[in-house]
Amino acid sequence: MARWRSFAITNVAIPLTSVLAGFAVAAIAVLATGGDPAAAFLALFQGAFTNPNAFPETLVSTIPYVFLGLGVALGFRAGLFNIGAEGQFYVGSLLGVFAGYSLTGLPAIIEVPIVLLSGMAGGFAWAGIAGALKARFGAHEVITTIMLNYIAFLLASFLINKGAMTAPHASTPRTPDVDPAAILPIIFPGSRLHAGLLLAIVAVPIVWFLLERTTVGFRIRTVGFNPGAARAAGISVGWTIFLTMGISGALAGLAGIVQALGLSHHMTDSVGAGYGFDAIAVALVARSNPWGILPAAFLFGALHSGAGFMQLATEPQVSADLISVVQAMVIMFIAAPALVSWLFRMRRGQVATVTITQREADLA
Amino acid sequence: MANFLQTFDWVQFLSATLITATPLTLAALGGVICERAGVVNIALEGIMLTGAFVGFAVALATSNLYLGVVAAVVAGMIIAALHAVLAIEFLVDQIVSGTVINILAVGITGVFYRNYIQAAATRGPGTLPHWDLPILSQVPLLGPILFQNQLVTYAMLLAIPAVHLLLFHTVWGLRTRACGEHPKAAETAGISVFRVRYVNVIGSGALAGLGGAYFSLQQIGNFLPNMTGGRGFIALAAMIFGKWTPIGAFGASLLFAGSDALGQRLQIGGIALPYQFLGMLPYILTIVVVAGAMGRAIAPAAVGRPYRKS
Repeated sequence: MARWRSFAITNVAIPLTSVLAGFAVAAIAVLATGGDPAAAFLALFQGAFTNPNAFPETLVSTIPYVFLGLGVALGFRAGLFNIGAEGQFYVGSLLGVFAGYSLTGLPAIIEVPIVLLSGMAGGFAWAGIAGALKARFGAHEVITTIMLNYIAFLLASFLINKGAMTAPHASTPRTPDVDPAAILPIIFPGSRLHAGLLLAIVAVPIVWFLLERTTVGFRIRTVGFNPGAARAAGISVGWTIFLTMGISGALAGLAGIVQALGLSHHMTDSVGAGYGFDAIAVALVARSNPWGILPAAFLFGALHSGAGFMQLATEPQVSADLISVVQAMVIMFIAAPALVSWLFRMRRGQVATVTITQREADLA
Repeated sequence: MANFLQTFDWVQFLSATLITATPLTLAALGGVICERAGVVNIALEGIMLTGAFVGFAVALATSNLYLGVVAAVVAGMIIAALHAVLAIEFLVDQIVSGTVINILAVGITGVFYRNYIQAAATRGPGTLPHWDLPILSQVPLLGPILFQNQLVTYAMLLAIPAVHLLLFHTVWGLRTRACGEHPKAAETAGISVFRVRYVNVIGSGALAGLGGAYFSLQQIGNFLPNMTGGRGFIALAAMIFGKWTPIGAFGASLLFAGSDALGQRLQIGGIALPYQFLGMLPYILTIVVVAGAMGRAIAPAAVGRPYRKS
């Protein structure tokens, strides 16, 4: 009974309380700018769910967060903080789109998997650099993945603007469109909701299985718990770190290419969508549990999808940036077990502490 | 190429480098004192953005640029205090806590910008005036580069030796470094680790907040959403590249700013080298340094670890 209570508090009550507290702080911010929080949240809800076509759009926004959240959560389980999901997203997208417009004449059943795998390979390679540097030299992945983000943005900018991947005759710099056979079909007629949703739903049990039922997953979790013990047990810590970072990046790359194949069908030189930080928020809300990623991704998908309408429909306008306030506060409450145990009047020790990255010096 | 070199204005280039390096150096100095005390600060970006916003808002409201600069510093300290409370008091993972600050800064400045600045801004408060120092500004070469600047750049030039002296030649500096290397030993010697860390994290907020004032009050005299554009992360890179020392951080900031300034000149000069590759330089160098290939950069031993009293 006590275990069940602890589970319910850790995985349900804390995330829910954190989300409510996030909205409470956002309400204060709205009040401070002379707005009406109730009207703002109503518009946010309408924009995310009840307006015409709002619900499919919310699902469209949910799709990348599922892959990105899974990737960051996987890293967390090995004690790795992959803060560079955004860069991996772009490199995956670049490589996938390149494959997508280079291939022609193949049936969709062959072409789509090749393009998706190319995207994953791009993400794997980009995060794998950080993984290898950590495994070999102990270079902290937070620093290297942030740096790799900017290198990825500049690389994308170079390839898209300077000819290597530039579409001929396009009015603004962009890559050519992918082959029609590579495009992910619309699954809800009259909307933009594409088959990426099905891929996202399938990815959750696959990542769960990988983590909980395979030797690779066992190694990942062991390295996350205690790298020293993992090494003593004969697990190659360095290899596990590299592999985990790689898979984490592959999921981010998958997010990128699914986004391109489902929505734009090409890439433009526009960066800074903030996916990396969103991914961290999703993984934290889900407590790094693959099953938790679905509701967490849905929450952030709804927030992003409803924000635009909220900004339009409120007077005085409430900026769409308000959802960043919600997001920051959600992360804060989730990550501060001491704050939450104080809220729940629990004794310390009853709430699992959130230890995200182990920083043992003896990694390499 | 030969033509490009003949017309290259060295004084203008070096001056632009110093000016571009201003916010990088200030934020990197903040990073140095924060991380030397054992607290990771990836929140520099968010702190600078907050400083840029509050500084501009106050300058707009009071029509006084100097009050704006003061407000930027205070705002940086306040938001850094949140980082301190989360990381020191509530034992939140310091990377997560920094991420919270970065996201929060985008949200809060965006929300208030839309309602107060964007709606109100007909005419901004202008930019900080150039102060030509008497006599010194007339020195050939050095004068135009060092002594014809604006307030935030002068402040940076003073902050570098100040932080260096404080860190390596005062009791505060010794305590700071002790808390970053071996907090338990520091506590045993009677130093309050919590207090030192609080002071340093908030102090880093003051420096990064001042760096934020550069963007809104010195450079363009306006606030734009997300105007710091990742410069806080370059400052983080400069801190690491400079091996957690004030002088090193300044040198790295100059290098990064110089590659930026050179890139712009190459583009204007019609040199075919794509600016993107020059732009990658700071990030690649930082990766090389954290990987230990150019003389290993060793972080303070206890950086990132919450301190629990036992």
